[in-house]
Amino acid sequence: MASLEFGTLLADPSTTDQPFADDAPVTRRRRRVHWGRGAILVVAALYFVVPFYAAMAFSLQRPTGGFSLQPLSQIASAPGFLSALWLSTQLAVITMIVVMLLMVPTVIYVHLRMPRFRRAMEVITILPIIIPPIAYSVGVLESAPSWLRSSQYLLAIVYVILAMPYVYRSLDSGLGALDLKTLVEASRSLGSGWISTIWRVLVPNLRSALMSASVLTIALVFGEFTIANVDNWTTIPVWIYLAPTDNPRVNTLVAMIALLATCVVLTLIVSLDRSQSRDSRRS
Amino acid sequence: MTVLSDYDIATPDGDVASRPGRGRTGGVGALVRSLRTSAPVLPFLTYVILVLGVPTAVIVLYAFRSNTGHFTWSNIHTILAGGQYRAGFETSLKLAVVTAVVPGVLGTLVAYALSTSEHALFKRITSATAGVLAQFGGVNLAFMFIAGFAATNGIVTEWLRPLGLDPWNHGWSLYKFWGVAFVYVYFQLPLMVLIITPAFAGLRPAWREAAENLGASRWRYWRHVGMPVLTPAILGSMFLLFGSGFSAYATAEALTAGTIAVTPIQIGAILQGNVIAGEQNIAYALAFAMIVILLVTVIFYVLLRRRTTRWLR
Amino acid sequence: MAMATDTPTTVETRGASSSGAPVVFDNLTRRFGATTALDRLSLDIAPGELVALLGPSGCGKTTALRVLAGFDRPDLGRVLVDGNDVSHVPAQRRDMGMVFQSYSLFPNMNARDNVAFGLQIRHQRTAQRRAKAAELLELVGLGEHVTKYPHQLSGGQQQRVALARALAIEPRVLLLDEPLSALDAKVRAELRDQIRALQQRLAITTVFVTHDQEEAMSMADRVCVMFQGRVEQVATPSVLYSQPATPFVGRFVGVSSRVAVTRRGDHVEVLGRDVPIRGDLAAVPAGELEALLRPEDLDVTVNPNGLGVVTHRSFLGATTRVGVGIAGANLRVDVRSAQADDLELGTRVDVSVNARDVLVTTRQPSS
Repeated sequence: MASLEFGTLLADPSTTDQPFADDAPVTRRRRRVHWGRGAILVVAALYFVVPFYAAMAFSLQRPTGGFSLQPLSQIASAPGFLSALWLSTQLAVITMIVVMLLMVPTVIYVHLRMPRFRRAMEVITILPIIIPPIAYSVGVLESAPSWLRSSQYLLAIVYVILAMPYVYRSLDSGLGALDLKTLVEASRSLGSGWISTIWRVLVPNLRSALMSASVLTIALVFGEFTIANVDNWTTIPVWIYLAPTDNPRVNTLVAMIALLATCVVLTLIVSLDRSQSRDSRRS
Repeated sequence: MTVLSDYDIATPDGDVASRPGRGRTGGVGALVRSLRTSAPVLPFLTYVILVLGVPTAVIVLYAFRSNTGHFTWSNIHTILAGGQYRAGFETSLKLAVVTAVVPGVLGTLVAYALSTSEHALFKRITSATAGVLAQFGGVNLAFMFIAGFAATNGIVTEWLRPLGLDPWNHGWSLYKFWGVAFVYVYFQLPLMVLIITPAFAGLRPAWREAAENLGASRWRYWRHVGMPVLTPAILGSMFLLFGSGFSAYATAEALTAGTIAVTPIQIGAILQGNVIAGEQNIAYALAFAMIVILLVTVIFYVLLRRRTTRWLR
Repeated sequence: MAMATDTPTTVETRGASSSGAPVVFDNLTRRFGATTALDRLSLDIAPGELVALLGPSGCGKTTALRVLAGFDRPDLGRVLVDGNDVSHVPAQRRDMGMVFQSYSLFPNMNARDNVAFGLQIRHQRTAQRRAKAAELLELVGLGEHVTKYPHQLSGGQQQRVALARALAIEPRVLLLDEPLSALDAKVRAELRDQIRALQQRLAITTVFVTHDQEEAMSMADRVCVMFQGRVEQVATPSVLYSQPATPFVGRFVGVSSRVAVTRRGDHVEVLGRDVPIRGDLAAVPAGELEALLRPEDLDVTVNPNGLGVVTHRSFLGATTRVGVGIAGANLRVDVRSAQADDLELGTRVDVSVNARDVLVTTRQPSS
């Protein structure tokens, strides 16, 4: 997902999260219908909807005409699918746990006690953009110790790095919305220890940032093709690409389900972001 | 100002660095204290150094390493001088430029059309959609397009054929350069819309009204104020698109089954052992070259971004 | 400011034969959904006059200005400039210069090009329009900053450039939409005087929107106080202050205290004295009444048996404002500072009205 890495990370997070500013009140009463602009939007809409529809139609088509949902049932029994699913799931869980354990305390600590280090963090999290996965994997495969090199869990270790920018950005903006110092001081002055403070005070307030970070990580792992392919492990994306099935529609169908899942997941994140910013504004 | 001053401010209970008279004074004391303050960050740093830093260092070092372990320019020379790798670079750059400029311009038009809309809900939906579409990529996207546009069974090709519109007949192929470019637009365009829309929102209504008040028509406003102000933002975004198109691997691989000769694919081929043995070093050189190109791209982006924020904030 | 050229510019030669055009708001009505921004607003502005539209936010003053500029169309009513109905003329052809609240300078052009923009649109030659722009920038005191970009200028300087830009097209009417609100107090005060001086010199009809009383009162020939889309009162600042026509104006303009009174025919009993009612007796509402008293309408004298108590005092320089609690009201009385020494907190005092008449209105529940 090159675009995921490149664009959305470098573009200013404060603006891409809410790209459209709150509207000024409508003062122009002339209700000109802008035909030119409408046409642009219609054509754009077509370009994006048509392939989607076409692919859905393709995968659900019956050779004899018409549509059926039967290919859905063929997915589970497709050779290699379940083990690919299992591998992807394992990797997703491990990556998520490791990245959270690594990042959450670090980012909290940096916000609290090392504010100047934030600049360094930003630079570090820009690195996976300058070093794209395909180039990165060249170095990884050479420098990984042999016991890791032959294990599928190497992927998880590497995915942590890939996920790091998104998790950092999520946590950074989530923490930025809190008055961290005040919360921590209040909690500590009431007698709470550090771990208790993090667990009872900070984590609940970071719920939506943590959620979106987790979801982004899972989406990333389930969608990562480059390194998995080059290292010859059959995760879901690799399976879609490589797996021979009698029915090519099955592969396409899985791909479409994956795309739909991405849509759902990202819409969830957007609405989570909204409700968190609404809540923090209320309080 | 010592290194600690920032850190002192941030300590809630003052137990780390700011207690006066405690600990050693002078340079060593300061160093020790700053090490203690940064200790909790070490796991993270260690991880990054090991898992990101080491492979990157390997790439940089091995790009200049010959088969006998000596320093050499030959790897770099091989990829740049001529032959398939140079051709690969040229194709990659061409692809990146095409998929930066065309979706860049189109995306700007779409963002413009969206910015003039007055319906808040419509804008929210489209911004969410753009966010989602920008994440499409890789295998899934490739399969979606294959299903739609394949030569024989593609749904859309089947629709278009009876109308007499058959791109395949005119030499277009989904699995060659222009097919790949066509597919890349699918995520590059929404990416452009996503990045450039805040710039449109940054155009103050007062500018438009002042221009109108001074007698300018809509066209003259765009020509003298709107476009000049937006140009750094648009160019900067195109650099981002360039980087995105240049480093993409999955989409091209899945779409063309690894047949298109662009640099990421070539690297993948070497890593998967599909080439002559002993060419391992080429892979490092290729990866190194990619990193350099992307570094330059990011620098341009940052410079343009500074100009953008100066005017649009 | 001295002009470098031999021949005086057209801008400068406008004198008493005013170039300003008369402006008429004729029954303007504008609704936004359920809110009525303008409610049959009518106003006549003489050529060369500076009229301030003053009122709290939401009173419709900005809407009225935007309708005049052409950025908004009224639902009903029309706007006349120099006798012509301009309601259907698009903004870009109305030939009015507008200065916005802030940040309206084009960021990609320097000061001179910003000022010259209107002339560029009118296809003036480059050398000519640049010279004119430089002149105008001299006029507003920015002759040395001609090539600076907006981000290199302070807020006050930017607004001066904006003013020069609006004047460059030699408009018939000058519109100012809270141009000083975004500036520091000190800069605001300086700019206020400069704008007024310039406006008088050029004799351009000017409409000035503000929520700041002091600004309106010190700059305008007449002030139009607005509330809820309607004109409450249009008068010169001194008349507005001394003879508020409605309770809103009485409360909004200047400082006033309220005290309950009882009506006695064409007088009311205020603080033990009978004082004539100001204005039309028929307009006096029935029911419980209160009087609006300015601090200078009251006198306070120390009296150990007095009914009032000094509750606070603020030293304002030449005068001291003394707060007195009496008869269930909190009155603010201005006293010459030299005579205020005895009026410490807690002193018992008498308060009496020294005004010739008082404005009377329906008693409001005390806040």
